[in-house]
Amino acid sequence: MSELETHAAEIAEQFSEHLDVTESDVEERLRTLVDEYRVPLEEARRSVVSQYLDEADLERDELGSGDSELTLLGDIDEDEQWIDLRVKVADLWEPGHESIAQVGLLGDESGTKKFVAFDTSELPELEEGQSYALSNVVTDEYEGNFSVKLNKTTTISELDEEIEVGDDAVSVEGALVDVQSGSGLIKRCPEDDCTRVLQNGRCSEHGQVDGEFDLRIKAVLDDGQEVHEVIFDKETTEELTGIDLEEAKQMATDALDTTVVVEEMQGDLLGHYFEVSGPVFGRYVLVDAFERLDGSVDAEAALIKARSI
Amino acid sequence: MSANAPMREVARRAFAAEFNDARHSFKESDDERAPAYQLLPTGEKANRVFFVGTLTEKEDIGDDNEYWRGRIVDPTGTFFVYAGQYQPEAASTLRDLEPPAYVAVVGKPRTYETDDGSVNVSVRPESITVVDAATRDRWVVETAERTVERVAAFDDEGSEEGTSSGSRTQSGYNEYARMAADRYEDLDPDRYREAAIEALRSMEGAEDEAEGEAEPTP
Repeated sequence: MSELETHAAEIAEQFSEHLDVTESDVEERLRTLVDEYRVPLEEARRSVVSQYLDEADLERDELGSGDSELTLLGDIDEDEQWIDLRVKVADLWEPGHESIAQVGLLGDESGTKKFVAFDTSELPELEEGQSYALSNVVTDEYEGNFSVKLNKTTTISELDEEIEVGDDAVSVEGALVDVQSGSGLIKRCPEDDCTRVLQNGRCSEHGQVDGEFDLRIKAVLDDGQEVHEVIFDKETTEELTGIDLEEAKQMATDALDTTVVVEEMQGDLLGHYFEVSGPVFGRYVLVDAFERLDGSVDAEAALIKARSI
Repeated sequence: MSANAPMREVARRAFAAEFNDARHSFKESDDERAPAYQLLPTGEKANRVFFVGTLTEKEDIGDDNEYWRGRIVDPTGTFFVYAGQYQPEAASTLRDLEPPAYVAVVGKPRTYETDDGSVNVSVRPESITVVDAATRDRWVVETAERTVERVAAFDDEGSEEGTSSGSRTQSGYNEYARMAADRYEDLDPDRYREAAIEALRSMEGAEDEAEGEAEPTP
């Protein structure tokens, strides 16, 4: 189905309750504008819709949007639903397979969801950071996680306004390949509203201060394709390492050195696999919840895939 | 992810059989501090690797200073790691460990040419830690998957146009596979897919069930 035919089908559907219109009638009007008068397709659609609105004596907002409904990403809870979205492209990733034209994250006020556009759909490319109205995308579900798929009938229009992307939790997994400096037992600046981590007893804003002890771990998770920097706060660090703040202070006191804490902690972390989830802040995932991936793995699926190519 | 901060290099997953064949290394800029990459024969650049295997031997081969060599075995071959005074934590781990033990290694690929002109590939570890069998198994499956994905994408020709983000351009041009095809004429990437299959089959219990599922139903 060409893009023009898609629009024609959608418009015919929109007016099906109000007027006796056929797809070919709509298509002909669109073609006249697009082919003869060189009107851009989006503008042609608008014009044709206006003509039909006049004929049906309707206001624009009385019109349904056809089959699919404008939906927030966070409200997606069912597989194979046709929906419309108003979203910003929050992230584009490297497609893992040649059949995939684009893959990444779409965001709106409710959060973000993964999207996939297939090569065969021949859609215009989405740009990172740009906001779009997408109509006719299909929801998809895999192991309880929802995503959306763009398809041949999807229409993409750039928005002038910028869609706000809400905070939401992401989930990442991989081997923990590095524990970065500033991990373990640290001191923070005690000044009001300043939680900067002290370097040699100094705050970069307030100078020499009596710091307050805290625990955290800044780590890198790596799955062989992407790296994610993650931060465990005091609570998750205690849960992760089994060492609480009091014990950590005691260890540092005994050794006359705070670095013994991170050295003790990292031996049980480096080289192990984890899945963590939490909101993204800058380049970090702030860990709310984590799981140590130490259960058995499924070699059969990998074996079948390896033999299939 | 922030576009400004230099991106940390991904730790690539490759079995020893492939890693030890990766004799070609290169840089992508003339800058003295530009990262060095080892070219994997399945068509990927590796500035860092992560692997899990069994430490079977360790030896201090240094003269005045400690210089530890470890042999770490995976289902396809042996990784060699070398740690000296500039890798104090890894060196001390090797000193203290009693083989055999499952270990996880994060490190940088290194190549050196021997007197007879052959090239040896080894790892300079950033960290060595003791892990368990479950972690080893997870690494084998993950590494098999990554290897098979690279082999599957090896012949992606695409076109060179479009902006490159990582190893493949959006148009599907697989730059490092083309480089590997050029540099390693004698190495058929499919041998590493076969090695991955062997590695998966070596995992206990994997074979019987998978055989059953893989059989076409009559």
